[in-house]
Amino acid sequence: MSRPKNQNYKGHGLSKGKEREQRASIRFKTTLMNTLMDVLRHRPGWVEVKDEGEWDFYWCDVSWLRENFDHTYMDEHVRISHFRNHYELTRKNYMVKNLKRFRKQLEREAGKLEAAKCDFFPKTFEMPCEYHLFVEEFRKNPGITWIMKPVARSQGKGIFLFRRLKDIMDWRKGTAGKKLTGLEAPPARNTVNPSGSHDSRSSDDQKDEIPVENYVAQRYIENPYLIGGRKFDLRVYVLVMSYIPLRAWLYRDGFARFSNTRFTLSSIDDQYVHLTNVAVQKTSPDYHPKKGCKWMLQRFRQYLASKHGPEAVEALFSDMDNIFVRSLQSVQKVIISDKHCFELYGYDILIDQNLKPWLLEVNASPSLTASSQEDYELKTCLLEDTLHVVDMEARLTGREKRVGGFDLMWNDGPVSREEGTPDLSGMGNFVTNTHLGCINDRSNQLRQLFRSLQSQKKASS
Amino acid sequence: MYSLEAITVIQMRNDEDLGSNASLQRPEIKLESLKEDIKEFFKISGWEKKLQNAVYSELSVFPLPSHPAAPPEHLKEPLVYMRKAQGSWEKRILKSLNSMCTELSIPLARKRPVGEQKELLNKWNEMGTDEPDLSLFRPVYAPKDFLEVLINLRNPNYENGDSLSFRTHLGLIQVPLKVKDIPELKEFFVELGLTTGQLGIDDSTQVPPELFENEHVRIGQKVLAEQDSAAAQQYIRQGSPTALRAELWALILNISSQPEDILYYEQLKTNVIQHDLLVDSLIYKDVKLTASNDDYYFVFEDYLYQVLLCFSRDTSVLGHFAYNSASPPKSYIRGKLGLEEYAVFYPPNGVIPFHGFSMYVAPLCFLYHEPSKLYQIFREMYVRFFFRLHSISSHPSGIVSLCLLFETLLQTYLPQLFYHLREIGAQPLRISFKWMVRAFSGYLATDQLLLLWDRILGYNSLEILAVLAAAVFAFRAVNLMEVTSLAAAEAVLADLSTLKVMPLLQIFLFATVT
Repeated sequence: MSRPKNQNYKGHGLSKGKEREQRASIRFKTTLMNTLMDVLRHRPGWVEVKDEGEWDFYWCDVSWLRENFDHTYMDEHVRISHFRNHYELTRKNYMVKNLKRFRKQLEREAGKLEAAKCDFFPKTFEMPCEYHLFVEEFRKNPGITWIMKPVARSQGKGIFLFRRLKDIMDWRKGTAGKKLTGLEAPPARNTVNPSGSHDSRSSDDQKDEIPVENYVAQRYIENPYLIGGRKFDLRVYVLVMSYIPLRAWLYRDGFARFSNTRFTLSSIDDQYVHLTNVAVQKTSPDYHPKKGCKWMLQRFRQYLASKHGPEAVEALFSDMDNIFVRSLQSVQKVIISDKHCFELYGYDILIDQNLKPWLLEVNASPSLTASSQEDYELKTCLLEDTLHVVDMEARLTGREKRVGGFDLMWNDGPVSREEGTPDLSGMGNFVTNTHLGCINDRSNQLRQLFRSLQSQKKASS
Repeated sequence: MYSLEAITVIQMRNDEDLGSNASLQRPEIKLESLKEDIKEFFKISGWEKKLQNAVYSELSVFPLPSHPAAPPEHLKEPLVYMRKAQGSWEKRILKSLNSMCTELSIPLARKRPVGEQKELLNKWNEMGTDEPDLSLFRPVYAPKDFLEVLINLRNPNYENGDSLSFRTHLGLIQVPLKVKDIPELKEFFVELGLTTGQLGIDDSTQVPPELFENEHVRIGQKVLAEQDSAAAQQYIRQGSPTALRAELWALILNISSQPEDILYYEQLKTNVIQHDLLVDSLIYKDVKLTASNDDYYFVFEDYLYQVLLCFSRDTSVLGHFAYNSASPPKSYIRGKLGLEEYAVFYPPNGVIPFHGFSMYVAPLCFLYHEPSKLYQIFREMYVRFFFRLHSISSHPSGIVSLCLLFETLLQTYLPQLFYHLREIGAQPLRISFKWMVRAFSGYLATDQLLLLWDRILGYNSLEILAVLAAAVFAFRAVNLMEVTSLAAAEAVLADLSTLKVMPLLQIFLFATVT
């Protein structure tokens, strides 16, 4: 007799059986020297392996992955922190392609209304191959501002705004390389962080500058939501444990990153106004290191609630859930879902004045360097909870809906906040199991969780 | 307040002035029932509510009528020695301001050249981007300096005596003012009791909203619909829901943004554009030193300038000196020292900002985004509450009483802790003074601060600041008992950002064995 398909009771993918025996110690390896190293070193039972030693857990960087993944044998229990072809989601041009394809598919299968739920991405064209399509769109909307972003770089490098085709004619002719170095922010200086070490570059690919690289031209959102006259974007963390089936966790904390200067459309050359990455803001003459220019998400959520009321805020956050899920669904079929892989993504979201969230990009290697004490605590807790979910220590049953600050957002289907069968008819009180920007009482929750897991284990042994 | 008859007469007089008795001839106006009709009209049009709110507002602000023979100074401050102390403190501040002025050869006020005016107008919404050279400016005074003055306050008619007895007050404040003890505080703050629902406690995640929160929100919406100030003030004693707070505070403070208010604010803005005042630099410096460096308030830097610069020029603030023990500093036109015809109040609003002043405004930026409304709310909060935190008076909400209340609570209910701290040279008031002077702004997390300020408005009193300060010490008593120096005690109490205000207050007042 088959049980009704019930996402709430489904395990979230931890294999049982002899592969899940408790290990005496877990050998980890990583090249990152920041908060992550602190967390790994402090985890009980975890030992660092250096150089060529065998490891059970590797928080690698993407260049290693590209070169070595395909010829590295991994035991069943081994875990690694990236999916082989994550760039399908994180490189801007691939993401756009995948999203467009997914949207078409949705429209075919479920109609226009359903497909419209994918309209969280501003109109984007890949350059140079979609140049002509771009020009057509450009001509249809005279006077709007566009933003040109390199597909594979990060920290705000190489980005510029334009309103006239003339501005990108030069780029097209291949002199873009020279123009770019003029506008680029200087390379990030040694940033001081509590771990006291130099942050390794978190860019996805190349080390040397390539003169003409792939870009995307994207419609610039001209009416961003402003607080105190400043533009900001949101950084949200999503942990994906597998793509097939799709299992994703959403972290409750995150932050809003503010631009140091007041927003105005009149100075599109001033990248400090428009780009909110902390990396760019750090080089602005206004930058005050003590400020950090970040707000924790709880603060942001409270601010919005006091201004717009709780219903509007609920709607906004629910729209953001939609962004996370649909973006992951759009690459579900292309990403190689290796059971050894998991990935912690950093989503960048921009809110406009109508309280509509837009997806700016997804980062496979979100910065783990802390810019302040508060930031350090957030990232430490985030990483600790990530390791709890990855569960090398084989403590979880696989039926948990919450681990520390992570809430199970998608488990091969929506996950409901309530216990019991979710109401899949679309009506009724289905509330998703996400708590972005809500209270994160993770210490209490973890304590209760592990205590009950221990007693369950004792009871069953 | 005007009586109904008076209004009727005014109404009729207005009609006469308009040069036509036509309105009186209108068929629907019956002279016999005019009084009743007007009353009815007030009720229907909502004017009755507005009048009630206005009256309630006056009652909250002005002291009760006193003896007809009492001179105006008594309204400001009945005790002579307090008035004298305030007077000499003011002289010191003014002297400090004048000497800075002469040292730096900057005039107290000057008219801006047209070019500069244009520039400032363009930059009005982003004055924070300005980086003027403020290195030579120092704040006129800091809370520390003010504390020293309060410590030296003595009532000449009171003999303290050298011999210690069980009645000796061990704290820094040595003036005999009446302060409430815990039983009296329990009565005063009865709505904070254990059996009454509170926001800040009964809206936590473990409590299902049906128990209290939902109903409380519903009542709040009803209060707002009725537009009743007194009801709002009673309601907010249990805390205000986040979404309703901005409107509730405006209702309690009786602020409604009328066109004339917006015009008034614009007029102040013009004054700022046209004239530069020395205090402007003090304001800039204060904002840069305090609010801009705060992890959360830095975003509102520009609003702070827009409010504080206008505030210094607002002569309507002078009205509050009628019931403030302080008096506005006087300055004289150049070369006319001592000639009363050439005396002006400086700054125009009579309030000289001190180090940390901008923190009174910063939390309000969280609630109000329209500059003139934000301005009005701040101004009203200042003339109702904040001025008491930096003037010497015997008022129960004055800073002297708050300090004495704090010390007395600690000495009476935590004597071991108090004695220990005193022995190691860490008088508790030295640590808690700065919290109370700033009404905890910048020390508590914003949502907690707003819950605290809800109660200030609800009870129309600042005494809760002293109670909270004592509750914080009680909460950290175990750690404090182990420290051996003032610096170590400061360190234990350095970070209040994780504290939950309402549980602390409730435990201290209602759940501690006395």
